Amino acid sequence: MRFFDEMHVSSAHAEKQVRDHYRTYERWLGRQPGELMASRREEAEMIFRRVGITFAVYGDKDEDGSGTERLIPFDLIPRIIPSHEWKEMEKGLKQRVTALNMFLQDVYHDQEILKAGVIPAEPVLNNAQFRKEMMGLNVPGGIYSIIAGIDIVRACNPDGSGTYYVLEDNLRVPSGVSYMLENRKMTMRLFPELFAEHRIAPVAHYPDLLLDTLRALAPASVNEPTSVVLTPGMHNSAYFEHAFLAQQMGIELVEGKDLFVRDDFVYMRTTRGPQRVDVIYRRVDDDFMDPEVFRKDSTLGVAGLLRAYRAGNVTLANAFGTGIADDKSIYPYVPKMIEFYLGEKPILQNVPTHICREPDALKYTLDHLGELVVKEVHGAGGYGMLVGPASTKAQIEDFRKALLANPSNYIAQPTLSLSTCPTFVESGIAPRHIDLRPFVLSGKTVQMVPGGLTRVALKEGSLVVNSSQGGGTKDTWVLES
Amino acid sequence: MLNERIEDHLPTRLIETETGALRAGGAAHLETKPMLSRTADHLFWMARYMERAENTARLLDVNYQTSLLPQSSEATLQGWEGLLGISELTREYLSQYDEVNARDVMTFMVTDANNPSSILSCLRAARENARAVRGALTTEVWETTNQTWLEFNRLVKSGALAKDPAELFEWVKFRSHLSRGVTLGTMLQDEAFHFQRIGTFLERADNTARLLDVKFHARNTEFFGSGAGNEGKEVDFYHWSAVLRSVSAFEVYRKVYRDVIRPEKVAELLILRAEMPRSLVHCMDEVVKNLRAVANDHSHETLRRAGRLRADLQFSRIDEIVATGLHAYLTQFLDRVGDLGYGISRDFLMPD
Repeated sequence: MRFFDEMHVSSAHAEKQVRDHYRTYERWLGRQPGELMASRREEAEMIFRRVGITFAVYGDKDEDGSGTERLIPFDLIPRIIPSHEWKEMEKGLKQRVTALNMFLQDVYHDQEILKAGVIPAEPVLNNAQFRKEMMGLNVPGGIYSIIAGIDIVRACNPDGSGTYYVLEDNLRVPSGVSYMLENRKMTMRLFPELFAEHRIAPVAHYPDLLLDTLRALAPASVNEPTSVVLTPGMHNSAYFEHAFLAQQMGIELVEGKDLFVRDDFVYMRTTRGPQRVDVIYRRVDDDFMDPEVFRKDSTLGVAGLLRAYRAGNVTLANAFGTGIADDKSIYPYVPKMIEFYLGEKPILQNVPTHICREPDALKYTLDHLGELVVKEVHGAGGYGMLVGPASTKAQIEDFRKALLANPSNYIAQPTLSLSTCPTFVESGIAPRHIDLRPFVLSGKTVQMVPGGLTRVALKEGSLVVNSSQGGGTKDTWVLES
Repeated sequence: MLNERIEDHLPTRLIETETGALRAGGAAHLETKPMLSRTADHLFWMARYMERAENTARLLDVNYQTSLLPQSSEATLQGWEGLLGISELTREYLSQYDEVNARDVMTFMVTDANNPSSILSCLRAARENARAVRGALTTEVWETTNQTWLEFNRLVKSGALAKDPAELFEWVKFRSHLSRGVTLGTMLQDEAFHFQRIGTFLERADNTARLLDVKFHARNTEFFGSGAGNEGKEVDFYHWSAVLRSVSAFEVYRKVYRDVIRPEKVAELLILRAEMPRSLVHCMDEVVKNLRAVANDHSHETLRRAGRLRADLQFSRIDEIVATGLHAYLTQFLDRVGDLGYGISRDFLMPD
């Protein structure tokens, strides 16, 4: 399979050529002695440890007492995106997230899109992610997914060019933005000279944009809103990020037990008594948010929160029930949503997806099982998935039976060739697969900082970029023209 | 009434209390934000554990230094036993170790993860409390605390305790200085800061009182006599100067008294001298000052008790204290400090 290399134009005949936007960097890298880069890598690791930029690994214990905290490997070579590509991507992201929020507003009110038959009602209304509690509830600005993370990959076309595809929308509690910010800080610290040689769009104002967005969506009656970040606690794998964002925004980091609801208002327990809370940037899943309505055994949430939300006395970022818009069974319809709500052609492409509930798509999928990736619509993290090219005949035949038994539980996609970027590995510098997660903030307007978090699969040939499975991260540069 | 914003009904503390004096030069109308009770609790304990680690290092250091002096093995043993007693850890220790000796006591008090009062445990607890509220700390405070923990583990692993205990104790003290300094130098002096200070000084008051109690107890002659035990004046000098050094007060003593080292003056310095930063009265000064700055509607009684305790110290004389018995005096002081900690928890840190 051919891969799109982010740094080089490769052709069968000629020498590898460096792409324009990497030219300055490549020349700089060529001048750096190997030992210097090695010592910079060590320095980066030391700093990440001291700063405590770690994630928790469940059920693991280190002998040195650092407990269950691990570093996410940081690769020194940045992923560079040229200005014109980012401009197009940014437009596409705004368009997509706007449509997704309109879909959420619609689906929890008049359901026009279902009535129009653009999306079948069944996979929406019978979906576990569809929260009937949200029906008719008006959220500030009609914005449900205030913070969205859109996963983008670049695949190689037959002619060697690359195309960006949206692989997945993350509209519930997307994480990773702190790594985007800390990676940039690290590069600036280790290689300040690079910033004189390039015009790199800054990202450090993300917490400002986030705070601005949260405040803009506070309940209308409040002049000086009190915003908080709600975390499941310090044992959560993303705790560093929760604490980091709260600190950067200068707002309280609270746990469920710090909050309570009285007369449909939310309060936090402070050293001077209860204080009202107007906006909650919550990093806790829907299921755990309100034991009165969702999981009864949850101690991470706040009893009565939905009542306060319904009364319009608190803003939740994100709203309950956003999962209905990023479910795999709904993903294939996003291009149609964009056309339906905005009357525009989608700027960013979806990965072509076969919806097995549709007879033609099912037939095609059954005929091509050996080439396709088939996913369970509610599955996550690689469970219930068939990767055709990597499976045995027997596995394919087993999966065929499961698919035939319940076709509407599956979607199928071509096996994507994620683009690669040069990366430091044991043996030197080698290409490794990457993706990109830009973070899109929707408040009064839709805003974002240029770029996002680039994740890299450090194992040779691996397409899995998750940090829990040996993935690392890179600094992401958007060049200003 | 709850539908209105509650902070509108907060008493204007700036005028009612002495807080104004603390924030001298600041505009009185600029209110500071209240803070999360849980956050205050973590900050309070973070500071306490760091202070406790320092004081444990001080205590171990003085014992270790004393044990290098020529003295009877009985006296040496007594020193280590006293150290366990002061920390109320004798029973825990004996459940793990066969006998009291310098090496085992130091291991137990420095690197034993099963001992909740070991330096290792204190530094971990300080770091875990900091991590729980790292958003409420400046980056420098967090990184200092985190780095202390990481580096301590590295030192312990490299065998630093066996190699040179004194140097390791010095290192712990130094990191505690750094932690306090970075707090003073970078933290906004709001409630977060005040709760840390309360934690620091409450812990220090407790630790200084314990140190005094055990050290006076060790010179078992009713010390107001000649001070001469079996070994005479010379040993006395080393004993008391070690006590002074353990609280960085040896030079201070000379400066204040310009006199040979006399036990009652040592007691006076460490109990009643407000200029002495580790004395009981100084600690209580700080506790009262910072408590006032965070006073709320429930804290009147705690504040009154803290003020009362300070007043008792301010107007005491060492000869009176001695006449009623130093041990009894210190025991009562420790009870009252414990009671204050309790009140602070109830009023601020763990409201219903």
